[in-house]
Amino acid sequence: MSTIVLLLITGLGLGALYFLVASGLSLIYGLMGVLNFAHGSFLTLGAFAGWELARRMGGESWGTLIASLLLGMVVGALAAAATEFFLIRRLYNRHIEQVLVTVGLALATVALFDGIWGTDAIYVTAPSWLSQTTEILGARVPNDRFLLIGAAVLVLIGIVAFLRYTRFGLVIRAGVENRSMVTALGIDVRKAFTVVFAIGGAAAGLGGVLASHYFGYVSPQLGGSLLIFAFIVTVIGGLGSLSGAAIASVAVAILQQFANYFWGGTGDLMVVLLLAVVLLVRPTGIMGKKA
Amino acid sequence: MTESTGATPTVTDSILTVSDLSASIDGQQVVESVSFEMLPVGVTALLGRNGVGKTSTLRAILGLIERSGEVTIAGERVDREPTHRIVQRGVGYVPEDREVFASLTVAENLRLAERNSSPNRRLIEELFPDLTERASQLAGTLSGGQQQMVSLARALVNENRVLLVDEPTKGLAPLIVMDVARALERAAETVPVLLVEQNLQVVRMLAQKVIVLEGGRVVYDGGAEELLGNEALTKELLGVA
Repeated sequence: MSTIVLLLITGLGLGALYFLVASGLSLIYGLMGVLNFAHGSFLTLGAFAGWELARRMGGESWGTLIASLLLGMVVGALAAAATEFFLIRRLYNRHIEQVLVTVGLALATVALFDGIWGTDAIYVTAPSWLSQTTEILGARVPNDRFLLIGAAVLVLIGIVAFLRYTRFGLVIRAGVENRSMVTALGIDVRKAFTVVFAIGGAAAGLGGVLASHYFGYVSPQLGGSLLIFAFIVTVIGGLGSLSGAAIASVAVAILQQFANYFWGGTGDLMVVLLLAVVLLVRPTGIMGKKA
Repeated sequence: MTESTGATPTVTDSILTVSDLSASIDGQQVVESVSFEMLPVGVTALLGRNGVGKTSTLRAILGLIERSGEVTIAGERVDREPTHRIVQRGVGYVPEDREVFASLTVAENLRLAERNSSPNRRLIEELFPDLTERASQLAGTLSGGQQQMVSLARALVNENRVLLVDEPTKGLAPLIVMDVARALERAAETVPVLLVEQNLQVVRMLAQKVIVLEGGRVVYDGGAEELLGNEALTKELLGVA
């Protein structure tokens, strides 16, 4: 029983990380039709920014952790908004060019991070509570899982509230459904594009700082390794569906944890098989709409 | 081109002028050197057989498809501006097939369309009382007629200088067709309307001027009565009488 509980909560924690990356990917694809392969770079940059701040302030305090989470969000948001404004905006409806530019940006930023921070993993420090465990139904669950789950739930609530109660949110929801009609109502939908990129980047930046605490280190490859699973989650959830991304994040991460434990480390394989099954049975994903 | 004679309404200070407008979709030419002026009051109908480029002409005016040529609104060129800026100049658009946002409520559809802080909500309540009752209903769950009301209301909620209305009665029951026609008639009292419409009964009821397209070109530009009162000419240009 304790093993099941541990796997479930660890899966939820990992799912929270996937969701923080996938939420931005899904919103960006839903509104703009852009598959952003550079999204992992926002995560890595947020993680390094958080680590740099923690290094300067002393990483063991809660104040430092909160400040590094906020800085990761801001840096991620700025990097994403700049990417949209300077690169993607010129390439809407040019999907091949978008892929080339975002893949190129992802490769270039990893090389840049290698040059600045080196290729080795840098270990992070955190408040001691995060490295301790809490006993739940006999399972000793690492506390950082609760931080991840809490942050992802807050991000989900925040994005849903933003989409439901703000004018920008209304524009984004309408734009996901019919972008040209939003424009035909006199709305400059490009502003919504920048806002969505910034929201996605902020979630990724936050995810970067949290990922560095989940894995215990930050490295230039951190974003790329999570991005692959975030893409899988986005496709399984249904491109453009935030709730689909949330459900798929949890499902994929829990499957991964159980398969790794019970079927000899086959977690990644099971996730890919799940993706194949979903694409065969329901090509639009769990919550995706038919084209 | 067939020109009208005595019955043509006089055009003074046309609100919308289209000169040498061409448009293409995926490289396929759909509008070819179309030129016309819209009446500054009342309804100007844009007619033609299926597939002649009526909808494309409206979409080209708004810049929703690739186009060349000149479009002026109240004497100012707008063809180099993006769609949202053209609309902000006071152009209301009611698209073919309604294009309501199905996942938004009726109220959200209308709120999204409001371009300034003093929307014309009273007119909407007066013309479409049903929409007030259904404000919290998802637009995608409405009937076709109700969706058309939402689409019209989205355009009428703002003070416009011109309305572009694309096949507003398409696929609607006869009773609803008359409701839509009456709403357009009321709207046309305050704002000039460029109307694409297949239902000639509605055109007869509303239009003062008619422009007929064929093969992406203008083949008739003149009075509505002059064309629609001439059965042979109507049949020749529109294929129906």
